Amino acid sequence: MADQDNNSIAFVATEVIPESPPPARETGVVKWLRENLFSSVTNTILTVLALGLIYLVLKATMPWIFNGLWTTSSLAECREILDGTTGACFSVLTERWNQLIYGFKYPVEEYWRPNLAFLLMLVAIAPVLFFDLPRKLLIITALFPFVAFWLIWGGTILAPLVALIGFVAAGAFFQTFGRSNFALGFFGAIVIALLVWSLGGAMIPEGASENALLPAVPSRDLGGFMLNMMLGLTCVSLSVPLGIALALGRQSNMPLIKGICVVFIEFVRGVPLITLLFVASVMLSYFFPPDATVDLFLRVVIMITLFSAAYIAEVVRGGLAALPKGQYEAADSLGLDYPQAMRLIILPQALKISIPGIVNVAVGLFKDTTLVSVISMFDLVGMIRGPILASTEWNGVYWELFGFAAALFFVVCYGISQYSQWLERKLHKGH
Amino acid sequence: MTTLTDPPKESFRLSMLINDTRYRSLTFQAIAAIALALAIFYLGNNLIQNLRAAGLNISYDFLGDPAGYDINQRLIEYDSQSSHARAALVGVLNTLLVAFLACVTATIFGVIAGVLRLSNNWIVSKLMAIYVEIFRNIPVLIWIIIIFTIMTAVMPGPREFRGDNATSSMVFDLFAFTNRGVYVPMPFFENGLFGNAVLNWVVVLAVAIGSWFATRAVNARATETQAQTGVRPNTLWINLAIWLVPFIALMFIMGLAWEVPELKGFNFKGGIKVGGPLIALWFALSIYTGAFIAENVRAGIQAVSKGQTEAASALGLRPNKVMNLVVLPQALRVIIPPLISQYLNITKNSSLAIAVGYADITATLGGITLNQTGRAIECVLLLMLFYLTASLLISMAMNVYNASVKLKER
Repeated sequence: MADQDNNSIAFVATEVIPESPPPARETGVVKWLRENLFSSVTNTILTVLALGLIYLVLKATMPWIFNGLWTTSSLAECREILDGTTGACFSVLTERWNQLIYGFKYPVEEYWRPNLAFLLMLVAIAPVLFFDLPRKLLIITALFPFVAFWLIWGGTILAPLVALIGFVAAGAFFQTFGRSNFALGFFGAIVIALLVWSLGGAMIPEGASENALLPAVPSRDLGGFMLNMMLGLTCVSLSVPLGIALALGRQSNMPLIKGICVVFIEFVRGVPLITLLFVASVMLSYFFPPDATVDLFLRVVIMITLFSAAYIAEVVRGGLAALPKGQYEAADSLGLDYPQAMRLIILPQALKISIPGIVNVAVGLFKDTTLVSVISMFDLVGMIRGPILASTEWNGVYWELFGFAAALFFVVCYGISQYSQWLERKLHKGH
Repeated sequence: MTTLTDPPKESFRLSMLINDTRYRSLTFQAIAAIALALAIFYLGNNLIQNLRAAGLNISYDFLGDPAGYDINQRLIEYDSQSSHARAALVGVLNTLLVAFLACVTATIFGVIAGVLRLSNNWIVSKLMAIYVEIFRNIPVLIWIIIIFTIMTAVMPGPREFRGDNATSSMVFDLFAFTNRGVYVPMPFFENGLFGNAVLNWVVVLAVAIGSWFATRAVNARATETQAQTGVRPNTLWINLAIWLVPFIALMFIMGLAWEVPELKGFNFKGGIKVGGPLIALWFALSIYTGAFIAENVRAGIQAVSKGQTEAASALGLRPNKVMNLVVLPQALRVIIPPLISQYLNITKNSSLAIAVGYADITATLGGITLNQTGRAIECVLLLMLFYLTASLLISMAMNVYNASVKLKER
């Protein structure tokens, strides 16, 4: 580093050269394409293959969809208008819309009842799904099952009323005594509820349903997508508490209770749902008292609930096992007894971990409600395979109908799984 | 001075059954036992009363009676005069067949889709995401029916293969895709060693097992040599020879020939017929479960920490070897447990065969036999017993495998 003579340097830049843009191949779309689609020979081949596949699929479906007819009254008419060109015959959807949604026996003039029940369901579910809504809305959620039952099945309002009063009495009893002594409150509440139901049931006059405000609709008249929704919603909401109870039973250190739960869970998980539905349709009535006629809908609800409860139990057990042991010890050291520890410390955390699993079970259960078509209940799939495809007008429109069913299920199931992912992000506390 | 005295010995009081944690669990269990016994008694009593009222009894004698119905897809000899028990056995074999086939193909689909979903090719990974989401969110029953509809309503009937200007033709003159099923050539032996087709196939199987053990021995030797000298001898050609030479020789001796399906009368004759219901069930279960397996595979691969890949690359392994030697063995430990439950799901979902008329155990024993004999309780119980056994066996076998790939720790 000897002394440098400035004069010996031939050229000195006196100003900063402005930044030049990066080369075209290193920026924007081109760079993205090069990195994501054509980074290597294999990748290029894959890209070309994928594009070809997309082209083939679009080429086959797009004219079919956009050429579709929506207003003809039969397949023959549809084919006549299309005259050999490709095009869907969506008219079957518009013409048979009511059957697809409500089944083919639900009285037309009563369609407003399931519709209203559906709207109420949205309101009732909202506070359960979104915690930011005012908690007072939960009252609607609590009332919803009784109102919906009355709306859909009709008949005397006394039946759901008695059921509601039983629950209210049990709840009040538990509020009063459950704080000091959980066991007393819990078992007392069950006894009170049973008492109210049997007394109230005896007081409902014979033939109260005949000239009720809403005409009674028997369960066998329910059908279509409504049936899928009803089965799905009822069974999920019933099987979550049952599943939690089974999971707690399986984790219990009382050998007998643990044994009962393990046998039940493993048995139910080992057999397909169809065999349980067979039990519901041909076998379960043998186990009820001889004079009782238990509705097929109720029998199916019982079996599907037991089925999904076993799966939810395993999910919740995973959540319980994933909690660090310190949480259990902390609850013990605070002097909480078992119900308090579970309710205040263990279950909230365990259920948070189990949310994705529970939602998976719920989605699977909702999809499995289509299986009731096998035991000849006319749900959406049953309607399509039975009355609609067998009718002379629409014999042969497979794609439109099954596409519709697939789309309907996809929207609901995808919606539920997106919700669960949103909930997971929201509940994640960052540790 | 203080003296230590024992606390006064508490005598047992009745309230301790509720308030003392030592006895409380006994109380609860006693209550549970009584409740369970009461429930069983109540249900059993109802059952007995109902059966008596209906004039029924529990008996499995009907299994020996002639079934009186035909089954078109079967692996063993069966005709309508065979017993219900034999029909059930046909059903069991059919269930196992479709479950096995679907497990294999679902794994292939799932692994391909799962790996491609992690591809850095944007289009491919998005396509795979769409595949997974679409198939996971639509009931498998709808997929089975859709594919069955394609098989029966869109494929050409056998008569369209007839005549000089037939609208359909056989692929390579070997395979026929019709609305009744797919007909493929059937291998048979012209001069078998024992004159019995089954025995000949047993010989083929024995040779294959022998080759497998031989290649294992060769590979073990190669590993030993590698451990001693550091150079792994090339075993590819030896292994190929072990597999091919005995096999080709055997085929030559026994005179392998193919029975090609031919259009005779109103239908194809000869060859192996793979019925439409079987294909629908097989393919639908494969793509549906494949979507779930794809998610398991993706989660498994992502669970392997990135440092492992980088370390392997830093050692100079090529991407191919990084995957085979470093990533996959670790990912398998995460993938296999959920894979077991997917296999169980396939086995259980194969009961949906009843929706398309594939004669699996649910369709024979739980369907036609149940309806013909009215023996609901016996049939459903046998059905459950079969599925329980199958589930147990699958999970046992897979747990053994799982234990063998488990991380060996101290």
